[in-house]
Amino acid sequence: MKPAQTTVPHQTLRGNGWLRRQAGHYQLWLMVLPAVIYIAIFCYGPMYGIQLAFREFDFSKGLTGGEWAGFKYFEQYFNSPMFWPTLRNTFIIAFFSILLGFPMPILLALVVNSIRSNRRKRILQTTVYMPYFISTVVLVALLQIMLSPTTGLIDGFLKALHLIPADTNLIGDPGAFVPVYVISAIWQACGWNSIIFIAALSSVDAQQYDAARIDGANRWQTVWHVEIPAILPTIIILLIMNMGSILSVGFEKTFLMQNSLNKPVSEVISTYVFNVGVKSNQFSFGSAVGLFNTLINFTFLMLANALAKKTSKISLM
Amino acid sequence: MADRLYTLVVAVISVAAFIMVAYPLYFIIIASVSNSTMVNQGQVILWPKDINLYGYEQIFKDTRIWQGYKNTIIYTVLGTLLNLLVTLPAAYALSQRKFRARRFIMPLFVITMYFGGGMIPTYLLIRDLNLLNTPWVMIVNGAISVYNLIITRTFFETAIPEELHEAATLDGCSHFRYFISVVVPLSKAVISVITLYYVVGHWNDFFNALLYINTDSLQPLQIVLRNILLSNQAFAGGAGSGAGAGAGSYAQQFADQIKYAVIIVSTVPVLIIYPFIQKYFEKGVMIGAVKG
Repeated sequence: MKPAQTTVPHQTLRGNGWLRRQAGHYQLWLMVLPAVIYIAIFCYGPMYGIQLAFREFDFSKGLTGGEWAGFKYFEQYFNSPMFWPTLRNTFIIAFFSILLGFPMPILLALVVNSIRSNRRKRILQTTVYMPYFISTVVLVALLQIMLSPTTGLIDGFLKALHLIPADTNLIGDPGAFVPVYVISAIWQACGWNSIIFIAALSSVDAQQYDAARIDGANRWQTVWHVEIPAILPTIIILLIMNMGSILSVGFEKTFLMQNSLNKPVSEVISTYVFNVGVKSNQFSFGSAVGLFNTLINFTFLMLANALAKKTSKISLM
Repeated sequence: MADRLYTLVVAVISVAAFIMVAYPLYFIIIASVSNSTMVNQGQVILWPKDINLYGYEQIFKDTRIWQGYKNTIIYTVLGTLLNLLVTLPAAYALSQRKFRARRFIMPLFVITMYFGGGMIPTYLLIRDLNLLNTPWVMIVNGAISVYNLIITRTFFETAIPEELHEAATLDGCSHFRYFISVVVPLSKAVISVITLYYVVGHWNDFFNALLYINTDSLQPLQIVLRNILLSNQAFAGGAGSGAGAGAGSYAQQFADQIKYAVIIVSTVPVLIIYPFIQKYFEKGVMIGAVKG
C-alpha cells in the first residue's frame, strides 16, 4: 500500500512536498517528539557545552559565556603530575577487563548450550544472571566483607590454601586492586553478558550438528567448526562496542572501591574528572580531561570498527 | 573418548560457576540471621547458627533506610513510567517504514550512545536547568535509553506484521489508536524486558544522586547504603539516638550482621521481579544487541 500523499494531485505537492508528507505524519512526529526533545536537551546540550573545555569558566555568564582559552586546559592536564597515573590506571583496568572479561561470557554460553537437561540449564542460567541485579554499592560492600583480612570468608579461604601470602590485605593493597576489580566484574556480569551468545547459539540449525556428526566430528570439533563460527558475528560486534568504551572504566565501582591506600592505582580519568571538576569546581579543566577521555574512546571505536570491516566485513555502521 | 571428556569439562565448569555465584549470595542470607561472632569465626558455612533477627530489627528502627527506601520507590515508579511514556511511542514512530524522518532521527539518537558531553558539561547543564537538589533530576535525567529504544523499535518492526497496520488503516484507524489498542497489547514481552531494565537502573542509581543531590531527605537508597555499608556510619542505637555507649558498642559488635541484613533488604525487591521476566530475556537482548 502506498502512502496517503499519492492521492493528492502531484502538482500541488511541488515545492513543499516534503512538508506536506510530514504533515500527514503529524501523529508519528508527536510520538517521537518527547524523545527528540529529551535527547536534544540532555545529550546534545552537554555536547554543546564541550566548548567549556576551551573557555574560561565564568560563574556569572554560565556554560558558554567565558573568554576563549584555547588548549590551555588540555596542556595543563598533559603537564600535570596526574596525567600519566590516571591514563595508565585507566588503561590497565580497561585492558584486563577486556582481556579476561570478554572471553568468559562466550565460554559460559558454550557450556550452558551443552547442558542437555533443561532443568539444570535453567537453574544455572537463573543463578549466573542474578549478580547483575546487585547494585554497585552492594557489590563493593560484599567485596569488603568477603575480603576482610580478619574475618573475610574468601580471604580466609585463599590464605588457608596458601594462594595468597598471610599478610595480604586484599582491600587496601595497591597490587590487589586491579585483580579484585576485574574478577569481581566478571563475577557480576559474566552470566548476563552470556545471554546474547546463548541466544545466538540457540539459533544454530540442528542440521549443522547432524552434518558435523556424520562427518565424524567429536564434540570439541563441533564447538570449533560449528558453534564458534555461528556466534562469530556477535562476538565481533560486541568486541567493537567494548573497544569503544575501553577507557570509560566504570566510575561508580572505581569511586566506591577507592581508598587512601589504593589511590595510586585506583585514580582513573573519570574519578579524576569528578574530583577536580565537581568537587573542587575546576569546571573548564574537568571538561578538558573528560573530553580527552571521550576522544580516545571514540578513536578506539573507529579503529576497531575499521579493522573489523576490513578483516571480516562486519561493522557497526 | 573426546566426547566424554567434553561432557566432563562442561559438568565441572557449570558446577564451579554455579557454586561461585550462588554460594556468596547464599552466605549473606544465612549470615544475616546467624550469631555474628560465629560468622566471624568461620563457623557458619552451610546452615545458619544461633538464629536471630537482630540485624533486621535494627534496620526496622533506622529511619534513614526507610527514608531512602521511600525516595527510591518514588524515583523508580515515576522514572520508569516516564521512561515507558517516552520510549514506547518513539520506538513505534521510528519503526514505521513510511516515516522517512526516522532515517536522520535514528542516527542522531545512536550517536549519543558513543559520544557525549561528559560529566562536567552535563553537571553544569543540570545546574543551569535548576534541577540540582530536586527529585526531578532523579526522574527526568535518563528519561530514555537509546539501547532500550533500539530493542523496542526492532521488536515492533519484526514481531508485529505490517499487514495488521494496513488492515487497521483501511478501517480508519489512526496511528495513536493502532499503537494503543494493537501494538502495545501485542508487545508484552519487550515491554516487560525494558521495564525491568529501567526499574533496575532507577533502583540501583547511585551516580545521579552522588552528583546532583546533596539534601539528606532526598537521598535514594543507594546513597544511604553507601553511608551505612562503606563509610561505616553508626547505625541506629549508636551515635545520634542518645542510646548511650553501651548500646553503641553493642551495635558495633553486630555491625556485620546488620550489613548482611541491609544488603538483603535493599536487593530483594529487584530480585523478586526478575524471574517473572527471565523467559523474555534472550529474545529481548538478541533483538537489541545484534541489530543495533
